[in-house]
Amino acid sequence: MDPELLEIQRHIGAHPPFDGLTDEQLDDVTRHIEISYYRAGSEIVASNQPLTALLYIRSGAVEVYRRSGDLFDRLGEGSIFGHYGLLRGRRSHYPAIAIEDTLIYAIDADVFDRLCETDNDFADFVELGRARLPSVTETQRVSNDRMATRIRKLVKRRPLIAEADESAREAARRLADEPAAALLVVDARGDDPRYTYADANGELWQVMGILTDADFRARIVAEGRSVETPIREIVSEELVAVQSDETVQEAMLAMLRHNVHHLAVVHRRRPIGVIRLEDVVRYETQSSLYLIESVFSQRHPNGLARLLPDVRNAAVRLVRDGADSRTVGTALSSIGRSFARRLIELAEAELGPPPVPYAFMAMGSMARNEQTLVTDQDNALVLDDRFDPQQHDQYFLKLAQRVSDGLDACGYAYCKGDIMATNPRWRQPLSVWQRYFRSWIQAPNAERLLHSNIFFDLDNLYGEERLIETLQELVATEAGQSPALLAAMSRNALNRTPPIGFFREFVTEKDGQQNEFINVKRRGTAPLTDLIRIHALACGSRARNSFERLADIKETSLLGPGVADRLSYALEVLSLARLRDQVLDIEEEREPDNNIEPRNVPAKQRAEIKEAFRALSDAQKFLRFRYPGPSNRIRTASR
Amino acid sequence: MAAGRERRDRWQPWLESMAQGSETADLRHFYEAFPGNPADPIGTTPLAAIDLETSGLDPRKHAILSIGIVPFNLRSIATGASRHWILRPPRGFSGESVAYHHIRHFDVEQAPDLGDVLPEILESLRGRLPVVHYHPIERRFLDGAVRERTGTVFRFPLIDTMEIEARRHRRPWRMRLGRLFGRTPASIRLADSRERYGLPPYEGHQAVVDAIGTAELLQAQIQHHYSNSTPIGDLRV
Repeated sequence: MDPELLEIQRHIGAHPPFDGLTDEQLDDVTRHIEISYYRAGSEIVASNQPLTALLYIRSGAVEVYRRSGDLFDRLGEGSIFGHYGLLRGRRSHYPAIAIEDTLIYAIDADVFDRLCETDNDFADFVELGRARLPSVTETQRVSNDRMATRIRKLVKRRPLIAEADESAREAARRLADEPAAALLVVDARGDDPRYTYADANGELWQVMGILTDADFRARIVAEGRSVETPIREIVSEELVAVQSDETVQEAMLAMLRHNVHHLAVVHRRRPIGVIRLEDVVRYETQSSLYLIESVFSQRHPNGLARLLPDVRNAAVRLVRDGADSRTVGTALSSIGRSFARRLIELAEAELGPPPVPYAFMAMGSMARNEQTLVTDQDNALVLDDRFDPQQHDQYFLKLAQRVSDGLDACGYAYCKGDIMATNPRWRQPLSVWQRYFRSWIQAPNAERLLHSNIFFDLDNLYGEERLIETLQELVATEAGQSPALLAAMSRNALNRTPPIGFFREFVTEKDGQQNEFINVKRRGTAPLTDLIRIHALACGSRARNSFERLADIKETSLLGPGVADRLSYALEVLSLARLRDQVLDIEEEREPDNNIEPRNVPAKQRAEIKEAFRALSDAQKFLRFRYPGPSNRIRTASR
Repeated sequence: MAAGRERRDRWQPWLESMAQGSETADLRHFYEAFPGNPADPIGTTPLAAIDLETSGLDPRKHAILSIGIVPFNLRSIATGASRHWILRPPRGFSGESVAYHHIRHFDVEQAPDLGDVLPEILESLRGRLPVVHYHPIERRFLDGAVRERTGTVFRFPLIDTMEIEARRHRRPWRMRLGRLFGRTPASIRLADSRERYGLPPYEGHQAVVDAIGTAELLQAQIQHHYSNSTPIGDLRV
């Protein structure tokens, strides 16, 4: 290499995707550059033109536009563009304009092709934007030992199988003979192909469910039934099964989600074993499940607060083990719920039984199963309609205060918007809540909705399920029917836009110490979650988790093909970026927050994050078009 | 053509006479192919940025240490075509013991004399209008060195990016006005000039890097103050 061109080589070699190249490859690049200067405002690439080079920004800034004229990307020093066009027949797709005086290094297309052929990382980087969805989680999983542990490793013995017509006595006797604590109940007359398998004789059986010691206790002894009762009548309806190649983590989550202590493990459809909670706990003593167990064994709120480091450790381990955001979100939400439940139990134990039935309602991220390490409490009390403020409110205020103070001590900060059961507005009987929801749905107002958005993600935390179910039903059936509500929510969802020119200095924010950061919640996950909520309401989805909502949305034709997958990808990338940065904060003994500092983000992830922001930006454009709000017009008119 | 005649300047007859009168064939070819018509638009004229590293400012006492040449045009600057020569200073010239920037002593000992590489240098300049930043250095050093070795005068028109910068920032009335308001005159050194056009700082004092930097600066200057159709007669000195 001519040492004279080192100046150029050093700059290129410090930026992705070139930073991973060998010296020889870099020499090849540096020798095949044509430098051009573009004054601010001039066009660097016109759309649909032959492309002969990959374009690298040495200095300045460039905006790439879609053919529609919308901004596609804003790029700064060290970024590349034109690679999409090079990969697709060497023709430009989008025009690019210099928005500052810009110096471009144009790297010969033949060199680009050579690099794509010989360097997988380079090829991955430039091909991003094509279906990248599977690879993100794939690589994480493979790279990780613990996450790669299949549940079948924990299966120690073949399952005990009993036919549904066997008597309880017969089944119990077989259980007593074996060290196993559970029986798989099978039935020849099943109609669910998912759990139907053929035995060694070619006979077809369907797995109905799992029968445990507890079932005999509860359904035979406690209910005084005959021991001759066929077990078909005492086995619980729902079968929770995992595939044998799913990970321990996934099995654990299945238990958490369904609140069961036993899982059937199936290979394809054939049952190969039963896994007990204890098996998993033994395997993962420091796991979130273990943590939940210890939450419920605490006798005092102070004891709960002392578990905060354990919560953080559990999350750090999940993230470090390469768990996806949904796993972490569900685990943290389950932990959060158990804290709240235990606090309510302790409060009730002290205050005595409630004067009227009530439900403690969780909202926002906890209801969506999307909690991170930085979370505040959003909760409310839904009281039975027999509630009389004069007589009863004293009790519920005290209850709310204890729970709220306890949660704060455990690391769930007070809600800044005061959406907590301690606020009398959010401590009301069901009929008042119904009125609230009807007024939000029928006469929405963007300002008023701004803080009550999270009420559309609600879940029962403790108490009378039916109170919450009534509200959930109301939301699921009525919210989607109100164009005014969807429009008002859309307007709010569009308030926060993603930083399209991410990693370019002028779009980051500065904190007090003048460090650059991006609030990935405010600019990413929150607007994305808002947007998903609106589409979910519109299509009548009852799911609360954003990924589940997207799966429901995907079933409809509301969004174009592939859009729901792209949003899932975006949510995963942004949520993980947020979690990873929080974990980094904890490991470096800082208080975790929702900001990510671009300099802490490896180059590859930056590209993923950019892609995610782009997906969000596109989805917001669609939202604006789909729900043009009357409130927008009113606002314009009043100016 | 009338316009062409009007545009004739002092350089055209000079280039024509040198094309006939030069001592060596290399130099004759160089002058023959020189883009001499002052009416030619800058946008279509092949250019070559030159930068010299010298051991001082006086061509009678100091020597050329290295030469960087980068052929280019207003559309693009090809890095792969850049050339660089490290030269061994003649005996008696200051420079033998100079601390070379970026050049190892070993390289200098092995380096050729300018006379040895002159054909290559002329070849890479052939048919191109040279571009430099601060032309007195390049003009006087090259002329002195070539004349000493070939007996032929080595002078030709060239574009000086510092001169272009000076036209904008060192106009006498502007400078007087500026001083009146206590403003110091804008620096027209290469790095400072580049900064005004948003060009990145390059680590200076390497002949090729400075030549590339000069080429980029000219692209910027033409885009900001002139156009591709500006005749080279308006720009060259």
